[in-house]
Amino acid sequence: MSGRALLSSCFLAVVLIAFAALPGPSHAQGFAGLGTDAEGFAIPEPGRGFTFPEDHGAHPDYRIEWWYVTATLTGEDGRAYGVQWTLFRSALAPERREGWDDPQIWFGHAGLTTPDRHFVGERFARGGVGQAGVQAEPFAAWIDEWRMEGPSLSEVTLTAQGPDFAYDLELVTGMPFVPQGQNGYSVKSASGQASYYYSQPFYEVTGTLALPDGPVRVSGNAWLDREWSSQPLAETQTGWDWFSLVFETGERLMGFRLRDTAGPDFTAATWITAEGTPTPYPNGAFRAEPLTITPVAGRDVPTRWQVSLPERDLDVTVEALNPNSWMETAFPYWEGPVSFTGTHRGRGYLEMTGYE
Amino acid sequence: MTGAALSAILGHWRRHPFQLATLVLGLALATALWSGVQAINAEARASYDAASAAVGGTRPVLVDPAGDIDQATYVALRRAGWQVSPILEGWVRTPRGRVRLVGIDPLTAPPEIAAAGTVLAGDLTGFLGQPGMLIAGEATAARLESADLPPVTVAEGIAPSLAFADIGVAQRLLGLEGRITRLILREDQPLTRPPLAEIAPGLEERASGGQADLARLTDSFHLNLTAFGLLSFAVGLFIVNGAIGLAFEQRRPTFRTLRALGLPARRLTLLLVAELAAFALISGALGIALGYAIAAALLPDVAATLRGLYGAPVEGGLTIRPAWWAAGMAIALAGTAAASAGALWKLARLPVLAPARPRAWARASQATLGPQLAASAALALLSLAAGTLGAGLLAGFVMLGALLLSAALALPALLSALLALAARLAAGPRAEWFWADTRQQLPGLSLALMALLLALAANIGVGTMVSSFRLTFTGWLDQRLASEIYVTAEDAAQAEAMVAFLAPRTNAILPIWSVEREVAGAPAEIFGVADHATYRDHWPLLTALPEVWDLLARGEGALINEQLARREGLAPGDRLDLPGGALIVAGSYSDYGNPSAQVLISVSTLTARFPEVERLQFGLRVPPGQTEAVMAALTGEFGLDPGRMMDQQAIKAFSLQVFERTFTVTGALNVMTLAVAGFAILTSLLTLAAMRLPQLAPVWALGLTRAQLARLELLRALGLAAVTMVLAIPVGLVLAWVLLAVINVEAFGWRLPMHVFPADWLWLGALALLAAGLAALWPALRLARMAPADLVRVFSNER
Repeated sequence: MSGRALLSSCFLAVVLIAFAALPGPSHAQGFAGLGTDAEGFAIPEPGRGFTFPEDHGAHPDYRIEWWYVTATLTGEDGRAYGVQWTLFRSALAPERREGWDDPQIWFGHAGLTTPDRHFVGERFARGGVGQAGVQAEPFAAWIDEWRMEGPSLSEVTLTAQGPDFAYDLELVTGMPFVPQGQNGYSVKSASGQASYYYSQPFYEVTGTLALPDGPVRVSGNAWLDREWSSQPLAETQTGWDWFSLVFETGERLMGFRLRDTAGPDFTAATWITAEGTPTPYPNGAFRAEPLTITPVAGRDVPTRWQVSLPERDLDVTVEALNPNSWMETAFPYWEGPVSFTGTHRGRGYLEMTGYE
Repeated sequence: MTGAALSAILGHWRRHPFQLATLVLGLALATALWSGVQAINAEARASYDAASAAVGGTRPVLVDPAGDIDQATYVALRRAGWQVSPILEGWVRTPRGRVRLVGIDPLTAPPEIAAAGTVLAGDLTGFLGQPGMLIAGEATAARLESADLPPVTVAEGIAPSLAFADIGVAQRLLGLEGRITRLILREDQPLTRPPLAEIAPGLEERASGGQADLARLTDSFHLNLTAFGLLSFAVGLFIVNGAIGLAFEQRRPTFRTLRALGLPARRLTLLLVAELAAFALISGALGIALGYAIAAALLPDVAATLRGLYGAPVEGGLTIRPAWWAAGMAIALAGTAAASAGALWKLARLPVLAPARPRAWARASQATLGPQLAASAALALLSLAAGTLGAGLLAGFVMLGALLLSAALALPALLSALLALAARLAAGPRAEWFWADTRQQLPGLSLALMALLLALAANIGVGTMVSSFRLTFTGWLDQRLASEIYVTAEDAAQAEAMVAFLAPRTNAILPIWSVEREVAGAPAEIFGVADHATYRDHWPLLTALPEVWDLLARGEGALINEQLARREGLAPGDRLDLPGGALIVAGSYSDYGNPSAQVLISVSTLTARFPEVERLQFGLRVPPGQTEAVMAALTGEFGLDPGRMMDQQAIKAFSLQVFERTFTVTGALNVMTLAVAGFAILTSLLTLAAMRLPQLAPVWALGLTRAQLARLELLRALGLAAVTMVLAIPVGLVLAWVLLAVINVEAFGWRLPMHVFPADWLWLGALALLAAGLAALWPALRLARMAPADLVRVFSNER
């Protein structure tokens, strides 16, 4: 899910222009072997692996990090719904301090998608004073009253609300966490930038959505992505298209395409068996081509895709549940639930950025 | 035909350029004074709005009536879903005056706080953490350059005397770690949140942040200015009225000829309306330019006054606002319409071949004296009613306005009666003719004389108020500033060292410590005072219980300032609820120049109730002649910068300077109003002079020389001005009383004793005579030098 790294870089660009003097990609790459970048942030290195539950918590030495949940749900009314809950951490300096001096900044995004509506909430907070944060055990991630909280990250309550919507979900799984890329070291560009990245794509969900027409009981699947890194992406990389697909047969697929104005797109994917065993695929194996362009929020956004991974005989048409799943946040992007048909069937989530 | 008529009508102005100048200048002056005052007010209000918007504007806020808010309460509210953003406010001292420091959290600040947007679009990393950053406007930034403060970034559009910092930085600078002044309630609240009482029972929701108070406080000041502007405008209209009346009178033959040639009355009226409208627009534009100049010249003083008196954030720069232009043009047009309505109405009803009766209208208006007197009586009643039944500032101004108008309307009747009396006492035909002729001229002069009366009365009234205030204020300063030296330590450690150092060198070290808390539902300062003879002997008490200082020393009583006593209707012996428990009101004291409530308690009670109070400021009692030495010793020992140490004389000089600046504007407007009134007399006399030739010619033919006639004319103007001046004195005194006893109490919360300054009246009377004499001199000179042929022609001419 290197797309998320880009997303966060863009947030950095918008929210923290302080980084005008960011080291360029080649510069950053040059420092990669030393373990920190020019401003003292740690740089991901291959072969680190994960230690749980510690790694569920925050890594303040790294510039950016997130706890990203997407859920494909079905209501008792039979309708399809989608829910997004994201907590971003963005550090101004690679350290923690007491009170308002803490350079750790947090922001949260919440989305709730129905076939004809899309609700958005956004929150900002400073670390150090308790308004937002993450603790590994017992697990708790919060910003304001939004919470992802449980005895452990395998059993959490997920809540968020905006001015006109709210949700309250229970997420439970017995499955292991799934490392992405090379045992969690996820390369995200041809020039070598990378992040630490693991997922929990197997949550079973029950809960309630509060909508303008009243509450709806829902159930379905949820997918958690955990990722942290310090490196921004190349200037020529204008945006990305990221897919998380859950097949009716129980397998999962994560795949993304980074659009590059200076050369071919960069793609990567991970095939996850129903038992949670991942197989990463290198650049070029995964393909995604737009089929239908929809005008959304004054931009042209592809909302129907042809997605294929020939090495797994996958060739599906992916279609948005609601083409207007536009996240009107400080840095706006498209994120919403999808369904797909073709060689495989199922539901999933799509995230797209950089469509001007 | 229309073209020819227009050319005939406009030809008049080519022949009478001075008259044209009078008309344009009169209108321009009226517009200038009005729009100048409006510009000053608009600028000041825009500054308040900017300051108010900068700290959350009209968003409701959560406050703790007992003081500031714990940061933990903020986090608890956020974690319960309440979308609130913290604000910490305080003052940072700089060698060049105080600056209001506003701490914000740029991440949660509502969009109304523009500075937060500036930060997010700029250097967030530099803004947060250590050392942090201050953001201020250019003028304020220059004041904040100091080694002790974080670096300053200059930003556009930040209100004057205001600096922003991150809330963490502000907490550190103000020594208020973990504290918050108030929480701004954002507009975008989530779907559900628990009630406030459940999360933060101590907090209350309020309509908006503190700046509304500023607008309310300064309202009276602006209302004062507006009233002055309106008065000047009204007086200016007398000039315009005179000029238009003259022009119409002189063009009667032209109008008649045009009508006789077939120009419909309707079209003639329309042509004249168009002519006047064109003049109004030209004069309006001139007046606005002039008004801008007046405003630019006066604004620095007004700004200094507002800063000094109210701490209102206004700098001396003026911005041109489109609304102000439009308003100026509109007022010029409206003024012209008002001044010319009578003349136009007469013109529209003019019979085609009206007989030449140039003075008939003047004689006819003798009949209007009755209705005028009735109107005057009605206005006097209204004034009385507003004074006795009304409440508030507006009633005070209604009372003032009605009083002035009533006096002005009564003036012609009074003068007429006086002249009738004089005529009866007159001996000899020349005297009899003089009195009768003066009385006959009265209707033509009465408008100008009314203007003079208004200007003189306003001068006397405002002058008496300012002088009374100055006298009271200086005496009060002497009492109040009893300590010889006032020092402010940089921190608690230095304060302690200072007290130890000063103990052998001074007679007493009196703490001046205070906290800002809510008292009786409004912000107030609570001061602690030591039990010392300085206070017992000097403090300017208005009312007091017998053992007032003992009550205070025992921690049982509190002193309150006059403002608080009046607002809450508190008298000695009443109970006053204070944070930490109620005390007995032991007395009240006058507290001029302070807009807000103040409470005095003993210093031990203060430190017991508010242990966190900043203990940095002291008044020092020093043996006579030692002031310089002690100040030099302080500088030598502690390296105190000059801004932290002031001797009594310097503070007095500064206070008086603020006071004088406050009334510079008033003084300037006073002089201008008087000048305008003099000008009104001139135009009226010019009008009359042209019309009166048929009356003067027979007198000349009977043997009075032109020089004698001219002297009589001059004498008459001086006499009328002198009588008007005498009549203006009682009106001015009543005005002063209303200002001191009604308007000041309503506007500022203090009542001032009235002092009378007859010497000033003599001076003003001389000025009035000079103005009237100058105004009459020119028409008189013209008469003295008039060719006899012109006088003879009266007998052959139809006029």
